[in-house]
Amino acid sequence: MRIELKKRDGLSSLFSILSPFIALGLTLIAGVILFLLLGKDPVKALYSFFIEPLTEVWSLHELAVKAAPLILIAVGLSICYRSNNWNIGAEGQFIIGAMAGSILPVMFHGWQSPLVLPLMLIFAMIGGAAYAAIPAFLKARLNTNEILTSLMLVYVAQLFLDWMVRGPWRNPEGFNFPETRNFHDYAVLPRIIETGKTHWGFGFALIAAIVLWFIMRRTLKGFEITVLGASARAGRFAGFSDKKMVYFAFLLSGALAGLAGISEVSGAIGQVRPVISPGYGFTAIIVAFLGRLNPLGIVAAGLVLALTYLGGEAAQISIGITDKVTRLFQGLLLFFVLGCDTLIHYRIRIVTGATQKGSAA
Amino acid sequence: MENLPTETPLLETRGLTKMFGSLRACDAIDLSIAPGEVHALLGENGAGKSTLVKMLFGVLDPSEGEILWKGKPVKIGSPGEARATGVGMVFQHFSLFEALTVAENIALALDGNIGIDQISEEAGRLSQEYGLPLDPSAHVADLSVGERQRIEIVRALLQNPELIILDEPTSVLTPQEADKLFETLAKLQSEGRSVLYISHRLEEVQRICDRATVLRHGKVTGDCDPRQETPSSLAQMMVGGEVAEISGAGLGEPGEVLIEVNKLSAPSRSPFAVALRDIDLSVRAGEVVAIAGVAGNGQSELFDVLSGEDKVGDADAIKIRGQSVGGKGITERRLMGCGFVPEERHGHAAVTDLPLTANLVLSRHASDRSTFLSGGPIGLINTGAVAIAAKRISEVMDVRKSGEDPAAGSLSGGNLQKFIVGRELDRQPVVLVVNQPTWGVDAGAASRIRQALIDLAKSGSAVVVISQDLDEVFEIASRIAVINEGRLSEPEPAKTMTRERIGLLMGGFHDGTGHAHAEAIYAH
Repeated sequence: MRIELKKRDGLSSLFSILSPFIALGLTLIAGVILFLLLGKDPVKALYSFFIEPLTEVWSLHELAVKAAPLILIAVGLSICYRSNNWNIGAEGQFIIGAMAGSILPVMFHGWQSPLVLPLMLIFAMIGGAAYAAIPAFLKARLNTNEILTSLMLVYVAQLFLDWMVRGPWRNPEGFNFPETRNFHDYAVLPRIIETGKTHWGFGFALIAAIVLWFIMRRTLKGFEITVLGASARAGRFAGFSDKKMVYFAFLLSGALAGLAGISEVSGAIGQVRPVISPGYGFTAIIVAFLGRLNPLGIVAAGLVLALTYLGGEAAQISIGITDKVTRLFQGLLLFFVLGCDTLIHYRIRIVTGATQKGSAA
Repeated sequence: MENLPTETPLLETRGLTKMFGSLRACDAIDLSIAPGEVHALLGENGAGKSTLVKMLFGVLDPSEGEILWKGKPVKIGSPGEARATGVGMVFQHFSLFEALTVAENIALALDGNIGIDQISEEAGRLSQEYGLPLDPSAHVADLSVGERQRIEIVRALLQNPELIILDEPTSVLTPQEADKLFETLAKLQSEGRSVLYISHRLEEVQRICDRATVLRHGKVTGDCDPRQETPSSLAQMMVGGEVAEISGAGLGEPGEVLIEVNKLSAPSRSPFAVALRDIDLSVRAGEVVAIAGVAGNGQSELFDVLSGEDKVGDADAIKIRGQSVGGKGITERRLMGCGFVPEERHGHAAVTDLPLTANLVLSRHASDRSTFLSGGPIGLINTGAVAIAAKRISEVMDVRKSGEDPAAGSLSGGNLQKFIVGRELDRQPVVLVVNQPTWGVDAGAASRIRQALIDLAKSGSAVVVISQDLDEVFEIASRIAVINEGRLSEPEPAKTMTRERIGLLMGGFHDGTGHAHAEAIYAH
């Protein structure tokens, strides 16, 4: 007996739209089962996970702060994935971007000027793009698999950050704690409204989403991305270069990941620490797919995934479960999104022993 | 006219139907094949021939209807069961492992543990007996297409089938190789075996088949003795109406040279590609030069260097209107007035998932920048202007589609091809290079496309047509060249060219410089 996937004859457009919602529903059902097995009241657990964070103004700000990097990274990744470039290393580009952006406030602490912040943002984007250029070069020139190279470079970036913060960048007045100086006022990303924590990173995310949505929707560049992603051969026939697209997609997503990195460090943390991301670069992959690789869909998906981070923290406090549940929920969500998409396009056919009998005859 | 068969047919189908979604690919097919009969299954591409034989060979399950074998209903659930019943099949696309020897490939298809020596011996004997010379120890990679087909036939014969199904067997053969195949079929018939012969080539069918069943749009539209019919009456059953006659009248004296290829050589890009060697060709304004050849002899490689999808090191190797363009890409060549139509529609000439308007932008975003784009460097696509042009093309080429702007993949092959050819013709290109313009296209669309190519040449453009279809080549060409193993023969005027001569050139005889491989083929 074997299991086959057979392409469905007609595609249901209704189900294509419903797919992410079905996936969310299934994730919740799996959550209920999970909490029951853990011996917790599932209603209370789900409430503290998904509803409680939405009831207070401060936690809505917290939601925007968490969603900002997810959206920024995910819209960049959507361009990559649409063009058939599988950048899995946004986490590393986020870290290197954050470090490049932090050069000025950490190493040139004395230079305080309104020019510092714009330069930090630019450095961060260059840093993230440069780090993404490595897997892009390896793919375009040597035909290596970008999934592996970009992923492996994440660990390099994480260890490099750890070493820098514990070594050369450690705060000389910081009692040997592994962290850099606090950023001076000119180096801190301002808040959008004074009363809440939401910083301009969220603004960047919305702007990036709208600009990329427009590019994909209306411009020749967006068309080029779609064509090369659908068929490299047709792209070459159209006169588009698939190699240039590898660089374009990686540099763009790297730059946005870098921008997300400096926004987080400068807007939310205020200094560089050995760990600056709870896995935003990886979670953004889920965000990109949950948002159907559409920049506007990604804004919504980014808010949903940000909620799982907040919910994890809330559930940890209120019902005493491990924050690993957050990662579990994120994993379940990706699993169900991909599962729903597959089952909408294909149906499962179980082939029984008849074939074997036939060929043995 | 029907002389009712007195004996039980070997194979019979009653109301055999296959549905794909709501499409009836085969609709209540009644077919009967007598023992010892060579039976033709005629029809255009997409008529349902392949679907029907896949059901007979157990690859597809029928939706309705039944199959009778020697008068008894049978269920053929898999190719293994088909072989056990007594049906053998030679597919159009071979399923052979290039790295293995002939005998090893045969062994793979057989059930049970039979020693390779025994298989070699048996295969050798069969190939002798049926005039299918084969060396069991040769590696498949070294063999010609005709030889590979022989492996498939021997493989089918080893099962001692009573019915052999051949799917478009001559589409990959030179005329001489095809003659050899017909001798083998005659031998099979004389032993009382039946053959189901699938083709859309009327001449062949009239020559070798006793009866013919004609399919159109999944239905049987004729059951006849092909020798009693004329090619045009058979064509009418296939197409369902008169096919417009192609007119080459009005092609004047050719003018200046518009595209020129000088001593062009290009190494093969992959182990399975063909290297181009010393190609010379020049095409003048107002003429159609056809490049004939058996598939896989460098046609797509030649197309890619002519279009600029593959650049060549020597800039002078290709000249368009006198300018060296060897190192220039496809966009620059388009801007010089060239148009290109590749062989593969899905994923090369068009992106299947995108609508027709997007597929229009695909090849014309640079040449029609001023109408299709605005906003300067931002490059906004003017959907309105694109939609108008797409509508114009659909009207001129009579593209039948569902809805205003459907996905390219939802069009039938012929309609999509009309759109793709029309997309280039709409710009009035100075040079048009087309690879297999009517491959898999129904006769009505094919004649429309061919006429459009001739009309373009009449208006003063140079047209290069790469085609495997000899009927097409003779129908439209002013001059004919033949490509074989990456070499191109000197183009000769179509008026003095014969099929026999093309056959020889296809086999590699280039005016006394026939090389080892060609001799190997004809030594048998």
